Amino acid sequence: MNIITKLLTAIRGSAREIGESVVDTQSMRIFEQEIHDSKENLVEAKEGLTEIVAKKMAAERKLKELQSQISENEGYAVQALEKKDEALALEVAEKVAKLEDKAETIAEDVASYGKNVEVLKAQIQEAEKIIAEHERELAMVKTRESVQQATKSVTQTISANESSIGSARESLERIKQKQDMEQDKLEAGIQLRKDMDGDDLDKKLKESGIKHEKHSAEAVLARLKKK
Amino acid sequence: MSLLQDLSKQLSEFQYKGHQFSCLPMTGEQDVLRVDVSDLEEMPIFVTVTDTQIICISYLFNKNEIYTEKEAELNQYMLELNVPIPLSSFAIVDDYYVIFGALSRGSKLESLGDELLTLAGNSVDSLQALEEFIK
Repeated sequence: MNIITKLLTAIRGSAREIGESVVDTQSMRIFEQEIHDSKENLVEAKEGLTEIVAKKMAAERKLKELQSQISENEGYAVQALEKKDEALALEVAEKVAKLEDKAETIAEDVASYGKNVEVLKAQIQEAEKIIAEHERELAMVKTRESVQQATKSVTQTISANESSIGSARESLERIKQKQDMEQDKLEAGIQLRKDMDGDDLDKKLKESGIKHEKHSAEAVLARLKKK
Repeated sequence: MSLLQDLSKQLSEFQYKGHQFSCLPMTGEQDVLRVDVSDLEEMPIFVTVTDTQIICISYLFNKNEIYTEKEAELNQYMLELNVPIPLSSFAIVDDYYVIFGALSRGSKLESLGDELLTLAGNSVDSLQALEEFIK
């Protein structure tokens, strides 16, 4: 069963049990410990890999050395034969045989180190994959846990202070009121701008003498004079 | 100082696109930070921090606040809306329908501000868009 299925089962089972854990703390701690152990094993495996790679390199170097010794001695043997010194040639040939024997063993070692390296690399890759997967699973479970605890804290706060969140209806009303008010403000703003624009026009008309002040001193005097 | 306390302090002095964030830490089993985004205070956001992420949740409505006969339609509708809604997703936590977003713990303050502002806006918009389902 994958982790999401597990979570879903847990949620189905305890949807109404606020704060109930999906996985109990104890098994979560064990899981964490397992991941920790796997990581340590991985570090060891990587160290082991480095060691084997180093050994392989050393064996390869040794093999090369032996091979050059072999061809060197083969040269000597040929020279001894050319000089018709059979005894010396045989002695050198024996040395070559011993060297070949040694080289064969080391070549086997190199091959076996090579195989080990491949196996270890594959194992490390696999382990890394598993650890990453486990960490993801743990993160998921922990998230569910902390979200649940967070929700619990939040719901506790809400129930302790009813007005802090209120019902969806109330929130909707508040949002609408505010939006209406903003609309009113906007309209008021537009009206004000219009009025001010009107004032401006009035002022200009008066300045140019087209429109007269209703209550100017001249007008009052003129009226009084008529009496 | 915990990351949440640190965020609370930083957010209180932070302004993003003309909005302020008023923070109210709530201590409990798990620390929660209530954030009211200015002009969008109707839908407060609850922020928590886990090992891997910062989760921001806004509560839309309780299951008992919706018309029971319309529940399936609402669920379908919300699932369809999930992808088109920028940055936020719908979910159900206990009996609450919520809208939420999650960020990496290493997120910059700007990213958190963007998240909170977007989420609060989405929360207000969603509530209005889903009004027909609310009793």
